This record gives sequence, C-alpha cells and structure tokens, in this order.
Amino acid sequence: MDLYLPVANLSVNALVIVLLGGGVGFLSGMFGVGGGFLTTPLLIFYGIPPTVAAASAATQVTGASVSGVLAHLERDGVDLRMGAVLVAGGLVGSLIGAALFELFTAWGQIDTVISILYVVLLGTVGTFMGREAWLSYRAVQAGLPPPARKRRHHPMVANLPMRWRFYRSGLYISPLAPLLLGAAVGVLTMLLGVGGGFIMVPAMLYLLGMGTQVVVGTSLFQILFVTIATTMVHAMTTGAVDIVLAVLLLLGSVTGAQFGARFAQRARPEYLRLVLAAIVLLVALQMAVGLFIRPGEIYSVQ
Amino acid sequence: MRCAAALLLWLAALAPLTAAAQSDDPRLVPDVSSRAIDIQYSFTGEELLLFGAILYPGQRLPDDRADIVVVLKGPVRPIVLREKRRVAGIWVNASSIRLRTSPGFYAIGSSRPIDKLVDERTAAIFELGLANLSMSPSEFSEASKLERFEAGLTDLYRRLGLFYENPAAVEITEGVLYRARIPVPARVPVGTYRAETFLISRGRVLAVASRDVQIRKAGFERFVALAAERHGFLYGLTAVILSLLLGYAAAAIFRRR
Repeated sequence: MDLYLPVANLSVNALVIVLLGGGVGFLSGMFGVGGGFLTTPLLIFYGIPPTVAAASAATQVTGASVSGVLAHLERDGVDLRMGAVLVAGGLVGSLIGAALFELFTAWGQIDTVISILYVVLLGTVGTFMGREAWLSYRAVQAGLPPPARKRRHHPMVANLPMRWRFYRSGLYISPLAPLLLGAAVGVLTMLLGVGGGFIMVPAMLYLLGMGTQVVVGTSLFQILFVTIATTMVHAMTTGAVDIVLAVLLLLGSVTGAQFGARFAQRARPEYLRLVLAAIVLLVALQMAVGLFIRPGEIYSVQ
Repeated sequence: MRCAAALLLWLAALAPLTAAAQSDDPRLVPDVSSRAIDIQYSFTGEELLLFGAILYPGQRLPDDRADIVVVLKGPVRPIVLREKRRVAGIWVNASSIRLRTSPGFYAIGSSRPIDKLVDERTAAIFELGLANLSMSPSEFSEASKLERFEAGLTDLYRRLGLFYENPAAVEITEGVLYRARIPVPARVPVGTYRAETFLISRGRVLAVASRDVQIRKAGFERFVALAAERHGFLYGLTAVILSLLLGYAAAAIFRRR
C-alpha cells in the first residue's frame, strides 16, 4: 500500500514502514531501549532523507518510551530529581545539537558526521556490552553466579564541586555530572534521532554509579522529555518531522514493544544482552562499511 | 528574460491567427491531459499526456515532414550540488558548486533524436535536451569541473526520474495530430510547470506554444506540508501529542488483556 509522505516528498510502502517500526519496537520492548539507533539507519537505507529520518525517529522514540516511563513511575523506579537534572541538560544539548546540525549541513558534512558518530558510539557500546554479556553468559554456563559489579562513581565525578543528594539513586554527587551527561545525550538525540538509552544506561551505571533499580526508569524519563524537545526543535528549525512517517512507525513500534516486553519475560537476560550487543555491532559495522566503500551516489543535491 | 523570449515566440506563433493570409508558418494548438496534478495520499506518480494539432496555412500539408518536440519543465531553484571523494579512506563531500537555476524536473520528448532535428546552436537557444539546460553556476569554475558536475546531476536526476529524455516519445498522426506521454514520478517538486511544444522543420523552429501545468499537494498532504512549513511550533506539538497518545493507548490496551 503506497502512501505519500508530505514532508519527505516521496511515497513509501506503508506496510513496510509499519513492519519496520514493529520490528524495532519488538527489540526495544525486549531490551528496554528506545530503538532510535535502529530506526534512523533503516529509514535512511530505505531512501528517506537523513534529516527527515532522524527527526521522525525522535518522534517515534517519544511514543515508544511513554508506556515504559509510566510503568517505572508506578513502581517508583524513577529518580525524579536526577531525571530533572538530566532533562535540563538534555534541553541545552538539543539546542546545541540544532546549531551543530545547521553548521554541518551548511558544510555539506552532516551525513558523514552522522555515520561516523554511529560507528564510534555503537562500536564502543556494542563491544563493551558484548564483552560483559559474554562473561556473564560463560559464568552462567559454568554454573557460577554472574560476576558482581562494583558500584562506584568515576573519580572525575567525585571531584566536581557542589554536591546534591539524589536519594532514589543513593548518590551524593555534583549535579554538574548528570547535567553534562544529559547535554551530551541531547546533542546525540538531535543529530542522530536516537533516544540515547544505549549511552545513558552504561553512563549512569559506570560513570555516576547509580543504583540499578532506578537506572532504566530514569533513563526512559530523560529520553521521553528530550525526544519531545528534539521533535519541537526539529519542527521549528529543520522542519523535517514527517508526521505521517512518525505515525506509521509508531503504529508498528508501540504494538511491537508490547510483544517484545512479553517475550523478554520468558528469555534469559544474558542471552538478551548478547543478542542486543550483536545487533548494535552489526549496525555499527554496516555504517562503517558505508563510509569506506564507494557510495552509490557520488553527487547529492541540497 | 527567458520568459519574455518565450512570450514573444508564443505571440509569434499566434500571429497567423490575426494575419493568416500573410504568413506561411504553421501554428500549434497544444493541450495537456490535465492542467493540474494533485499530489494526494496514494500518489505514486502520473503520466501526463501532451497532445495537440499542427495547423498549416490553407490546410495544405507541406512536402517534407515536420517534427515535434515537447518539453515539460518544472520550477527552477538554486541548489548546492556536492561531490563525494575519498579523503583519508572515507567518502565525504569534498567539493561543491552552486547552481542558481536548476530545474527540479525536466522531461523532453521528440519524434526523432534532437541532434537530427536542429543544430547545436538552436538546441542551446531553446534549451532542448538535458545537455542544453542552462543552470547558471553562481561562481566561475573551470569548464571541466562544471561539465563533470552537470553530468553527475543529470545522471542522478535521470535515475530518480526527475530528468527524462525520450527521442521516440512523440507520435505524429497524419502529419497533423501529435501526442506524447511524459512520466511524472512521485518525488517531483511542486510548483508551476511549463509544457512547451516546438514545431521543427528543416532545422528551423517554426512555432512554439506552451501551457502551464500546476503540480501541487492537495487535501491532507497540502495541509500537513503547509503546517510543517508555517506553523512549526503547533506542528511539533501535534506530533508530540500524537506520539504520546499512541504510546499510551497501546500500553493501556495491552494491559487490559
């Protein structure tokens, strides 16, 4: 079924986009990630202009994270104070991201910047995640308890001035650390259309040293608000949010996420993390290959 | 300037109407299958039929056959055309040129190959053929670079269906009726298009006539595109509320089951 996208200015097969959203939603429900890091590259691969893909993927992540945030709020799994600081940072970050977006577009390098960021971020995160998942998988196979993680924040974080208490996270640290983290992720949300959960969660665990029980909820909380902000910034600057595309993606992803969440309850967490790491590394590899081989189109119009 | 020239030519073509007795030049009566193409929700492209009649003075067919060239040209706009090159192993946009009048769509159909109909100079004057589009580069650059870029753009747009050249598109019946189908793909830019018909005989352009065709988004698509362009804040807010509602609704439905 063909459908014309009024902002992207081309027609797509609506069923393909809904299925794409559904697949990403399934994975995001299963792993508790927004899935933006899959949506944007897949949309670009399908032929959607990169800017429209990033902007509309951000809108989709908003919808995909709503139910997660609500569920975590119910269970008291969100550190609201930490969340507020992260969101404040995220808002600043999305504005910085918008300025960078304009700058790189004017230089004609936005596509390359997006690809390189994907390769570096996903490659690093995927490698770490894969190693950790592999170790705990081996431990489970050998019948040992999974290796215990030491919980400590990074010394650099401890050195920052002005400390606040974050009760739910069990932390007494400077708010500058989460503020900077939020800003960095906000920039990425604007540029890449990713929620940033795949950066945020490890950073919260290993840099800030937050308690595990609030990490996912607080990360989702930040993602929800920052993707809302990003959608607004994109709508008001690049004008690249395609509402039809976003709705198609959402129809697929919100249902897919529910099935994914159900499936995850029956699967072993070590396997899940291993599979997620493999997917993340595959996307990074695909992007890297795209940078090095001769592209299909040498010329592009702007 | 080009507009004025076209108008003059058009008037010249109409002149026989008023002074039929003095002129030996034939006249064109062109039309298009639709004056407006609406881009709607399931728009996947359309075929535009350019057709019409050649009226010879005194209704006598000349001895040697005349040829017809039809051109459908979209609105021109300034573009930046970028070229990727390998830098330090990776492919990046390495150089660019600015073209001030690049048509977003250009299709040319004829009854015989253009180079068999007119000489290069005439083809250049009337901008007949993809090689003869004048795109006004805004800064001076070497001819070879400009040529390379224009060839790149032509190749890209041809594969997107935005540039189209078919030397056998025009069918002439009994020497007086002509028709040509021009495919218009889904990704065409919107705006006022000009459908021009040229009557050519013995290397001379005998008559030119043109019709305007509007290509526009309509209905819901028009509403969305306008909202995105003019009311960014409200548009963004709508997108956010929609995604929140959809996310919430899905969660609510699944929880009940």
